[in-house]
Amino acid sequence: MIYKYKDEDLLALSGIQHFAYCPRQWALIHIEKQWIENLHTVEGKQLHERVDNPDFFESRGGVLTARSVPISSYELGFFGVADLVEFYADEKKGITLNGRQGKWRPIPVEYKKGKPKKDIIDQVQLCAQAICLEEMLSTTIEYGYLFYGKTKHRTKIVFGKQLRDEVVRLAEQMHSVFNKQITPKPLTNNKGCKSCSLVNVCLPKLGTKQAGVNSYIKRYLGRE
Amino acid sequence: MKKLLNVLYVTTPEAYLSLDGENVVVLIEGKEKFRLPIHTIESIVCFGFLGASPALMGFCAKNGVGLCFVSPYGRFLARVSGGVYGNVLLRKKQFRVSDSEADCVPIAINCIIAKLNNSRVVIERAIRDHPGQVDVNALKKASTYIKNSTVQLQNCSSLEEIRGIEGDCAKIYFEVFDELILHSKDSFYMRGRNKRPPKDNLNALLSFLYTLLAHDVQSALETVGLDPYVGFLHRERPGRPSLALDIMEEFRAFFVDRLVLSLINRKQITGKGFTVRESGGVMMDADTRKNVLMAWQKRKQEKITHPFLNEKISLGLLPYVQSLLLARHLRGDLDAYPPFLWK
Repeated sequence: MIYKYKDEDLLALSGIQHFAYCPRQWALIHIEKQWIENLHTVEGKQLHERVDNPDFFESRGGVLTARSVPISSYELGFFGVADLVEFYADEKKGITLNGRQGKWRPIPVEYKKGKPKKDIIDQVQLCAQAICLEEMLSTTIEYGYLFYGKTKHRTKIVFGKQLRDEVVRLAEQMHSVFNKQITPKPLTNNKGCKSCSLVNVCLPKLGTKQAGVNSYIKRYLGRE
Repeated sequence: MKKLLNVLYVTTPEAYLSLDGENVVVLIEGKEKFRLPIHTIESIVCFGFLGASPALMGFCAKNGVGLCFVSPYGRFLARVSGGVYGNVLLRKKQFRVSDSEADCVPIAINCIIAKLNNSRVVIERAIRDHPGQVDVNALKKASTYIKNSTVQLQNCSSLEEIRGIEGDCAKIYFEVFDELILHSKDSFYMRGRNKRPPKDNLNALLSFLYTLLAHDVQSALETVGLDPYVGFLHRERPGRPSLALDIMEEFRAFFVDRLVLSLINRKQITGKGFTVRESGGVMMDADTRKNVLMAWQKRKQEKITHPFLNEKISLGLLPYVQSLLLARHLRGDLDAYPPFLWK
């Protein structure tokens, strides 16, 4: 099979949630390499530090659990790490795993701080992980889980056609913006700006509220 | 807007800086004098002979805390900076613009427009606040000359022309600068700028504060991912932070000249705080330097509404904001570079 992307084209999978939130935020982080921590990002980092453990592999009651699993998809053009992948013993739908007896069905689980959100940003990221796993393991994954730090509950996410199409659409857009290397303009009226850690780098009001630079200079030099 | 953090100025020449956990520790003769959590400061300026431990340097570089060494006279010696970070695309664009005179000219014009505007504000304020004490005619004449030059400046098509106008205006400005000094005229006078070393008290004071300003501007440029050594008006010369000097033009009168005048006119410093060295170079004593630094830090805490962003910020963030606006212009978000114009 000939894939759409090559090694050097791969983008960080985790960026898809930033891109879905705001393409400019994603470009600031992944093209312009700007990163500023705020309370939200530090909390998120701490949560992942606790979850993160690449040596962890557990086998209990017919479920294998692997943490920090490196994943990629040359069809989406992503690489990244899945927080947690569970493998359920399933002779019918399962696949064989390296060095394991029997057949197993993979289920990705992604850890999120906070609680379930109204938008589908978290779902999109989880689905992208599932598509990576599907490509790597030559299988189909019907659903996965989002684990929320605040509610300490798992939410089951079914990977339907609509969600999958959205992942593909975002992935294509991300590659297109990345290749153009131009940071998209800020979203207008984006309520998310308030909690965005990059707001002071982004200056979202730039170019919306102000008249052009030349009229600013004229205005100042003309006064007296 | 981003939070303004403090700058730690270490003025005792015998001080040695070291790292303990996440604290910077100031040692004098091996004894701990002072410690401060490093996340509360933005940069450290050290006027000592002894310097800092490699561990502290590494920590500062890794965590984006500026660490800069200047001689006890206030002359810049060295700074510690970490790996080049930020956006390579932005830097490449900066280099391309810098290589093309046609692209440099509009940015250079805007920087100098702000320099001229802001020096005029210093003059106009003296006319407004002290009409009885200053030679209003001379000041008016200088102000008008600078104003007319601003108009000419906008039609410049080469960097040479811009430098010419800038040079003329600087000369006119410093010629009337003496008028703005209302007290201790025997101790503080302007008979032309001299730097290496400064030969009178006023020049010593100006040079000292310009060095601090340059440090702040350079750190701010690095924070947004620009290369402080690649300028648009100032040409590259190894070791010279040309872009920092370009951006500094907007701030010289606003930050430094104004502060120097108020320190002198409010008698916060006197001629006694300065010594002429054997070579004719003038040096500040430790107390005066401390006073000046405290006034400088206090000034940075003051608030101002940024004329372009229309947002209230601390003065100390101005170099950062201007660096950000320049980066945004280079990356195509803004049609031109909006300099800082003082009202």
